Amino acid sequence: MTATTASALAAGLGPDGLSLKASLARAERRSRLVSFALVAPLLLFIVASFCIPLGFMLYRAIDNPEVAETLPATVAAMKGWTQGGVPDEPVFAALAADLIAAQKARTTGLVGKRVNYEIPGARSKFLKVGRELERAPAGGPWKPVFEKSDPQWTDPVFWSALKRIGQPMTAFYLLSAVDLRLDQTGALTRQVPDQAIFLDVLFRTLWISLLVTVSTLVLGYPIAHLLASLPPRHANLLMLLVLLPFTTSILVRTTAWVVLLQTNGVLNDVMVWLGLLDERIQLIYNRFGTVLAMTHIQLPFTVLPIYSVMKGISPAHMRAARSLGAGPVYAFTRVYMPQTLPGVGAGCLLTFILSLGYYITPALVGGPLDQMISYFVALYTNRELNWGQASALGAVLLAVTMVFYAIFNRLVGIDKVKLG
Amino acid sequence: MALPSYASRGERLTHAAYLGFCVLVFVFLVTPILVIVPLSFSSEPWFTYPLPGLSLRWYEDFFGNERWVVAIKNSAIVGFASTLLATTLGTLAALGLSRGNLPYRGLIMSILISPMVVPVVITAVAMYFAYALVGLNNSYLGLILAHTALSTPFVVITVTATLTGFDRSLTRAAASLGAAPWTVFRIVTLPIIAPGVVSGALFAFVTSWDEVVVALFLASPEQRTLPRQMFSGIREQISPTITAAATFLIVFAALLMTTLELLRRRSERLARGR
Repeated sequence: MTATTASALAAGLGPDGLSLKASLARAERRSRLVSFALVAPLLLFIVASFCIPLGFMLYRAIDNPEVAETLPATVAAMKGWTQGGVPDEPVFAALAADLIAAQKARTTGLVGKRVNYEIPGARSKFLKVGRELERAPAGGPWKPVFEKSDPQWTDPVFWSALKRIGQPMTAFYLLSAVDLRLDQTGALTRQVPDQAIFLDVLFRTLWISLLVTVSTLVLGYPIAHLLASLPPRHANLLMLLVLLPFTTSILVRTTAWVVLLQTNGVLNDVMVWLGLLDERIQLIYNRFGTVLAMTHIQLPFTVLPIYSVMKGISPAHMRAARSLGAGPVYAFTRVYMPQTLPGVGAGCLLTFILSLGYYITPALVGGPLDQMISYFVALYTNRELNWGQASALGAVLLAVTMVFYAIFNRLVGIDKVKLG
Repeated sequence: MALPSYASRGERLTHAAYLGFCVLVFVFLVTPILVIVPLSFSSEPWFTYPLPGLSLRWYEDFFGNERWVVAIKNSAIVGFASTLLATTLGTLAALGLSRGNLPYRGLIMSILISPMVVPVVITAVAMYFAYALVGLNNSYLGLILAHTALSTPFVVITVTATLTGFDRSLTRAAASLGAAPWTVFRIVTLPIIAPGVVSGALFAFVTSWDEVVVALFLASPEQRTLPRQMFSGIREQISPTITAAATFLIVFAALLMTTLELLRRRSERLARGR
């Protein structure tokens, strides 16, 4: 420190002539800026590559562009029309103009498909009337062309539905993801039975996750206890047996189960050889195989948090309880077990949350009735090409996951999860 | 765990049952892996024991067949690129997060961790929709960016954990002795947090290396990765080459785990030495 700064300090001033307080505030502000500058690149990257796509997908669950964009004149013409009847020639003329334009742009099918989600069979009627409109004499009147094409076009129920579908946003996909719909009058009702599949899928997802969580707890609690009570030399060796599967990829372990569970596979071989079975049984492509493989994959996730809590419990507690006259069961249930509950909670919640999002394992080991909600998100994206429905199902899965995650975070804290 | 000498007969029986149960669970844990490795050396394409004979034909197929070789190459490209990106971004962010004066730290942390929390199918579908708009679907870049987003939480968590044990007075001492910030980082901070950074990088690599769902959505057959190739292999016709691929991945994971364990021991030793 130079002599000048020393004298400045003695006068209560920093080296730059500011008071020490102001100087400190400035240094702290600069330090905060540096902290932020270090975090900013990753923050921007995550927002751009992950958060914005996620928000975009959630928006897709309520986005409803098909009819509004392809039939703009019709939607505008229907503004003045009050529901409860069949509109007059101007609306039909607008629809005719829109559909003729759509025929040229080859988008009639798109509108038809969207309307078809809410009014089964509408798609073919749109395509039919589209072809007929192109052949009809220009200048109208248009209403008779529609009337002749199909009774749908003079059905008041259809028109009030079309008006609703023409709005730029819809609750249709989200409602349908929980088996609800709006009926013709706009009231909330249950989905028609043959389309009401998603609540089933949701409950199945929760049920399988619960089964897996309970299985991992039953299998994991004793081995966590063993690992925590053995001398470190032996415990480390056994720990490897837990960690090796943990670091092996989910796909590899699923593959192993596919091989093991085949009807001509190793597990059946062993059971027949041991005389446990007379003939080979189906172990794969059913609920049993799915839960078994998922339990195997999730077991380390349940064991490790329980283990780390058990490790911190002094063995003196049990000895004290026994020396004071408690029987082994009483000492275990009243002294030892309550102390392990934080670990049990953390491990079980972690496994439950992770199980909710399973896709690969049920897809490879499960049957059609074991597919969880993730499978349907993928199915509606890739096969059905109904992206609104895929997004709405994704939103439901995300909401359920977040609820349990919030509980987990409140109880444990995500940054306390230890890796390796 | 030894039983106390005062244990009753019933207690001894219960204890024996408990040990027996534990043995069964450990067998359950390792069996799938122990069963699949020998099958990859079988001379016949059946998944049965005893093995009819030994051969390396499935490995020849795995390392010789164009489809698998391209998949290994793609996995390596995407894995290394996303690890490099994730480790750089994640380490910088962890340094910023652990300086202790970042405003909205909780909020920022939950955004940075979010790719780890959101179910992977949702991530995959969201990226599939959004990346299509900017032409990133079916490209290496898209897959690399997606895998980077998925792996950064692991880097952030591991490096932040290392930094909580980091003694700030070391950097202050270096700075007061006249070292520029970059020099402080290079010769004081980095060597100390290096094990954390390397573990983070390994986690990042393994996240990308094992990832299949995002690859299913974002990659065209041209960019198919090893897990994706395995997935379609299991779906269509499960051939023993898949067991060779699985063994390859298991050995890889075991090597990785050993490295992580050695790193953990080193940092424990360092922590004790302080």
